[in-house]
This record gives sequence, structure tokens and C-alpha cells, in this order.
Amino acid sequence: MTSNVPTFKPRLTGKEVAEKIFRNQLFFPIAALFLLVIFNLITDPGFFKVTLEPNSAGNLVLSGNLITMIDYASELVILAIGMTLVTSASGGQDISVGATIAIAGSTVLRIVKTQSPNISNGKFAGMIIASFLLCVLVSALFGAFNGALVAFFKIQPMVATLILFTAGRSIAAWINNNDNISINDKRFSYFGNFIPGIAVPTPVFITILCLIVIAIVLKVTNLRLYSQAVGINASSSRLNGINPKMIKLLTFVILGVCVAVCGFIKVSRTSSITYSVIANNIEMDAILAVALGGNNLGGGKFNLTSSVIGAYVIQFLTTTLYKFKEIDSSSISAYKAAVVILLIIISSPFVRKFFEDRKNRREAAKAEALAGKESA
Amino acid sequence: MTTDGAILEMRGICKFFPGVRALENVDFTLREGEIHALMGENGAGKSTLIKVLTGVYPKDGGEVWLAGKPVHIKSPQDAQNKGIATVYQEITLCPNLTVAENMYIGRTKGPLTNWVKINHDANRLLDELGIPVSATEQLGNCSIAIQQMVAIARAVDMDCKVLILDEPTSSLDEQEVQKLFNLMRDLKAKGVGIIFVTHFLEQVYEVCDRITVLRDGKLVGEYIIEDLPRVQLVSKMLGKDFDDMADIKNGSEAENIDLNGTPVYQAINLTGTTGIKPFDFEIHQGEVNGFTGLLGSGRSESVRAIFGADRVVGGKVFVDGKPVKIRKPLDAMRYGISYLPEDRKLDGIVGDLSVRDNIILALQVMKGFFKPFSKAQAEKFADEYIKLLNIKTASQDTPIKSLSGGNQQKVILARWLLANPQYLILDEPTRGIDVGTKVEIQKLVLKLAAEGKSVTFISSEIDEMIRTCSRLVVMRDGKVVGELKGDDLNQNKIMATIAGGES
Repeated sequence: MTSNVPTFKPRLTGKEVAEKIFRNQLFFPIAALFLLVIFNLITDPGFFKVTLEPNSAGNLVLSGNLITMIDYASELVILAIGMTLVTSASGGQDISVGATIAIAGSTVLRIVKTQSPNISNGKFAGMIIASFLLCVLVSALFGAFNGALVAFFKIQPMVATLILFTAGRSIAAWINNNDNISINDKRFSYFGNFIPGIAVPTPVFITILCLIVIAIVLKVTNLRLYSQAVGINASSSRLNGINPKMIKLLTFVILGVCVAVCGFIKVSRTSSITYSVIANNIEMDAILAVALGGNNLGGGKFNLTSSVIGAYVIQFLTTTLYKFKEIDSSSISAYKAAVVILLIIISSPFVRKFFEDRKNRREAAKAEALAGKESA
Repeated sequence: MTTDGAILEMRGICKFFPGVRALENVDFTLREGEIHALMGENGAGKSTLIKVLTGVYPKDGGEVWLAGKPVHIKSPQDAQNKGIATVYQEITLCPNLTVAENMYIGRTKGPLTNWVKINHDANRLLDELGIPVSATEQLGNCSIAIQQMVAIARAVDMDCKVLILDEPTSSLDEQEVQKLFNLMRDLKAKGVGIIFVTHFLEQVYEVCDRITVLRDGKLVGEYIIEDLPRVQLVSKMLGKDFDDMADIKNGSEAENIDLNGTPVYQAINLTGTTGIKPFDFEIHQGEVNGFTGLLGSGRSESVRAIFGADRVVGGKVFVDGKPVKIRKPLDAMRYGISYLPEDRKLDGIVGDLSVRDNIILALQVMKGFFKPFSKAQAEKFADEYIKLLNIKTASQDTPIKSLSGGNQQKVILARWLLANPQYLILDEPTRGIDVGTKVEIQKLVLKLAAEGKSVTFISSEIDEMIRTCSRLVVMRDGKVVGELKGDDLNQNKIMATIAGGES
């Protein structure tokens, strides 16, 4: 009788395996980005032209498709950070982020609209900070609400967040009595557009700041280890002293903070809010970013860089499609869906396994042929 | 080629899984009107045999006869049509439907159903079988026992010849078990053959006519119940011949341990919520002791209660003589207790994480969320323990799930050794791993004790326990039924205590 322990023969050394995995995960989003660049260069050689010209406010700013794309991707990138963590720890996704962005934006406006028109710069800054902190607090609480449903009541994330998905925009409208708000103070629009004298859009700086913050958080805490462990095996994590419920809750709170930042940028872009339209469908793009990044939507291991690149791919795709005059703006979603399906299939485990298997078979055949030659 | 009165015969059944021979040439015969116990420890092949019989798995070899005719069972549906009905441990009925609906669901013909007639039929059958429930009652409102019986009634109404009861009693209380047994006896009188899978020895001797014992995927034998005393059954299940067992000298240094000093860990009346009776337990510095008993006897539940893995609702706990409260695993870890869980896959490894992350996990959690080890430090720890325990892995970055079972277990051991506990609980550390690693682990346990650590060691293999432990706590049906040490630590005595009753 043979031993009933299956034996595994390491085919590659660990370093090679690790490299392969790392390359695999970053490979697809980067390749997709690359393909989009090539496509755009072929159809329109001037696509990536960046010029320095005065905008409507009279500032000299960078403009061009590339800048637009990077600017508009900001919210998505910031959301992708939180969504990746939630996915890792809870094995599910938060579909309420669009609606909670409406809540966050509405909260900011609730404070900002009370200002007197000619308030001094110092007072204005104080008010902005106050409104931002309140918006972070509110969003984090809504995140905690979602997280509590998922962690303590063990409701599937998508179902748990369906509540705020449905109710969020109404709550946002209620915060401001469903008023049409328009902020006339130009200074408020700096955060979503340009600060006078600076040629790069402000959201780009905010995004970079967010990425630096999360990088530091991952460096100085065990968030990565804990959320991965909880996502892979909650039972085992608990027996190692981790509190899986708190970790799940924490990731939802972090996503809540990301939502707050997005909401703030969104309302600053237009200095107004349309409760039913703001950040519409952004949750789906955020989930897509995580998936395109090659992260397992079932939780566990994650690669944040990959998600961030995924977010840029999606925004790049949208911008590219908008470029085509022949495509009616109402049918853009359908084109986007078609491309996304393609990308998702290419990066799916099934296709990856297919190519890996083929490679393995080829190598096995080669080894066999070699062995045959040696024995002959 | 068939046995007289046999309604079911399985001959030479083989089933292979990748790397595992789950069943090897197993024979099984069920006669009309008999209750036949299928016994064996975990991994013996009981459930595989049942699954082959019910068409869940296709068999890789052997033949099945039903009422003298060779049959090929293609699917669970096919098995049902051929008169093989199964009632599983977990209820597979719909709690939101009524009793009658559950009994007839999937068996009505056409779009129109005469529910009045069906309810009437159902009531008649329930009466006949003496099941105290009304056909129109919602199933979810009934006790688990009634739900089990409804599942059986459904099977009976489908004219089953062979009824498989897979651990039906594990969630029933004593009275409910009696009701179920009465029903089983009625069915037996009606000529139904019943296959009864259970871990409870007493129940086997109360209700069964014959016993078939499996071990390691092979048939040990078929016995008439009167011919097989309990102790014999236990020895057959564990694979030790009761009579000619050589007593292996207890290798531990029981003499060097100061049993009168303050115990490293002491529990008084520790009460859990997982179906074990309150128990007392203590362990001294440098001592190796163990919990023993058959599977489901409560040995794992006991150590889980010590570690705070399951909710503890009562009792006092002392660590080094000081009263402490252990509510969750982290509490236990902070008091220097480590726990290697029984189910390596489910509770031990974090599959996708690297060997390194798996090794540092417990110590990292004890150190705190805001104090991650530097990569260099983590690599140093991992390197040290990979060498110390001779873990065979391609690298530290290899996901633990791609290691062999024995090496996975060593990684988990490394994790808990790195946490540097004063009291280490090892629940089945040697299960499912190769012989070489088993010996290594036993040696390691003795070495740790020699270094002054205390170890609780649980193993299904009694000789492993005798070799390593100086004291054994014996459990049966959730109760501590004995404590053996010194000269009592021999296989005969242990098995007799495990079996209990008239031995």
C-alpha cells in the first residue's frame, strides 16, 4: 500500500514561483493599459499630446487626454484601495460606495453652504477642514454599519451593502433637505480642479497622498497579514488570536474613509451636487478595478498596486471610448462592457490555467524527449 | 455467489482519490431485516463506502448486488429509485415546508396535486410508524429528532429496501434516541435492511445485529454482535490486537516531575458549550499528558475549552496558581498556552499565505497589530524553524497549501514553538502524515518536556500516546471516565477504559 499522503514535487524554486505569481498579477492590468495606449496611438497619434494652456479661470494648466484621464481616475483609484481591502478580508464587495459618496458629498456641502461669501482664507480653511473631518466621520460610520452587518450578523457583503445602495442617495438628499446647492466661492472648487498657479489637477495630488498613506499603513501595521489571513481562513485566524470580526469591520471603515475623500473631490469638482447622479455606478467600476487587478474576489491575498493599475485601465478605457465621435454617449456603457468582458476573461484563472497547463505539458514533453535521448 | 437473505451485497469495492486509496477491496453484506453497524475511526472509509453505495462517487472497482441482481448505481437519484435511501446527520429537508410536503416533494406527478389526499396519506404513514407529528406541521417547528424521523418516513414511503442512517443520533438527546431506535426496530420487523453509522458504542450494542469494521480503507471484518465484545471492537477499530499486544514501555520521565508543585495550568469544573460535561484538569511543568477516547468522545472539545477556542461558560482556571480568565484564543496565548488544532486544513493552515507568514502568524499576533516584524526578522525566524524542524519547502515564500501534509503540520508546529509557550496543546499532530514525521514529532514532544515545557498530546494511535504521555485522561461520550498513569498505561487497560461497561 502506498502512503496516503499526497506528495508535491516543487517544479520550480520558490523564488521563481514567487516571481511568476507577482508577474502574473501585475502583468494583465499593465498589458491592458499598454494595449489601450497602442490602440490610441494608432487611431490618433495626437492622443497623448499634453499642452500648457490657460483654462477658463485664466490659470496656466496642463491639458490633454492623458491629464483628463489621470485626473478623472482619482476617485476610482482611491475607492479601489478600500475595495481591495474589503474584498480581501470579507470575500465580498461593497456596492454602496456610490450612494455613500453622495452622503459624504452632501455632508460637506451642508457645512460649506452656511459660509458667508467673503470669509477670510484662514476661516475658510478651518471650515473646509471641519467639513472634511465631519464627512470622514459620517462615511466611516456608514462603513462601520456595513461592516457590522457583514462581520457580526454574517450577512453577505453584497446583500448587506444593498441597504445603503438603496437608501444612500435618499439620505444624501435628506441631509440638505433635497436643496439644489451651488457654492459660489471659487476657493471651494480648488480641490476638484486646479489651485491657481499649479498646473496639475488637485485630485492627482490627493490620490498620491492617499496612496502614500495606505502604503505607510500597510508598512507600520499588520493590516495586510491580518486581512489576508482572515480572508483565506477565518477559523484558523481566530485560533491564532486574530479577531476576524474586527478586521472585517476595520476594512469597511477604511473603505468609508476612502469614500469620504471621493465625496469631497466629487462635490468640489462641480461645486454642487445632484443627489441621484453623483458617482453613479462607480461601485461597479471599483469592483472591476479589483478584479482587473487580478485579485480574487473571493477574498484572501491581494495586490494593491494591481488594483490601482486596474482602476487606471478602466478610466483609460472610458476616456478612449468618449474620444470616438461615432459612439453615442448613451451606448458607451455597452462598448465598455464588451471590452471589460474580454479583459476579465483573459485574466480569469481558467484562461491562465489553460496557458500554464500548456506550458507545463510542453516542458514535460521536452523533459521526456531529453530523457529519451539520454537513455538511447 | 450471493449470501442467503442478502438484500445488498458489495464485493471488492475499490475507490481511489489522488494519492489516497480510500477503499481497497471492501466487502459489505446487508441482510433483510437487520440493523448493521458500519464502524471505523475517521478516515477508515465509512463515508466513502456510503457515497459509493448511494452513487455520489463512481466506484473504481468491485460489484454491487441488490436482491441478488447486479446493479450499477449511477447517481443519488438512481440509488433512490433502486430503493436505497439515505438519512444524513444534517437534515437535508426543507424547514420552511410542512411535514407532508417534505415527504412528497419531488414525487408528485403532473401540475395538479391533491394535497388533501397527500396530507391524509402522510398522516396515516406517520401514525403507522408512530411518529408523533401532524402532516401539516411546518418542519422547522419540529425537534431535530422528529425531523430525522420525517426524513426516514419519506424514505420508507419510497419503498426503500436499504436505509442508510449516517450518524443520525449525534444531535439527539437520550429520549429522542430511544424514539429513533423504536422506529428502527419497527422498520427492521418490516424487512428493511438498515445501515447504521455512528461513533457511539453503546448505541451499537443496543440496537444492532451485526457490525462491519473498516480501517484505513480496508475491511477488518464482519461480526455478529454477540461475538464481538466492546473491547474487541475498539481494538479492531484502532488496529491493535487486544490479546497479543506487547506492552510498550512508557518512555516519559514521570519520576522527574514534581506533581505536588503548583500546576502550570489548572482547570476546575471547566464548562464548555460544545456538549462536554464539566471537567477538572491540571498539568505540571515538564509533564506530558494526553486526552484519549474514540472520535467524538469530547477529547478535542476539552482542549479547545482550555485554549478558549470555543465559548467557555463556567469553571475556574489557574495559570501558575493565579486565577485567570481565558475567553478567547488570544488570552490563552498571552498566558503562554499554544494549541495545534485537530483539523489542520480547517483550523491550522492559512492556505494561500507563505510558509513564512504561517510561521510568524501567532507570535506576530501576540506582538500586536501595530508592531509588524521587519521582513528580515520574519525571514530569520522562518529560516531558523525551517532548519530546526527540517521542513521541506521550496522556499519561505511557497504557499503552505502546496506542501505535503506532514510538512504543513511542521509549519504549524513551528508557528507555536516560535510563540514560545510554557504549555503546548497538540491535538492529533500526527494525523495523516508519514511515519517518519510522526516519529520526529513524538521525539520533539519529549524533548520539549525535558526542557521544562508542559505538553498535552492527543492522538488516535494509542501506542503514540503510551510512548509520549505519563498520564492519560480517558473520555467517553463527552465525559471524563478515567485517568490512567504508571502501570495502568498499557493498551489493554486503556482500551478497556475507553470501551467502558462490561469489558
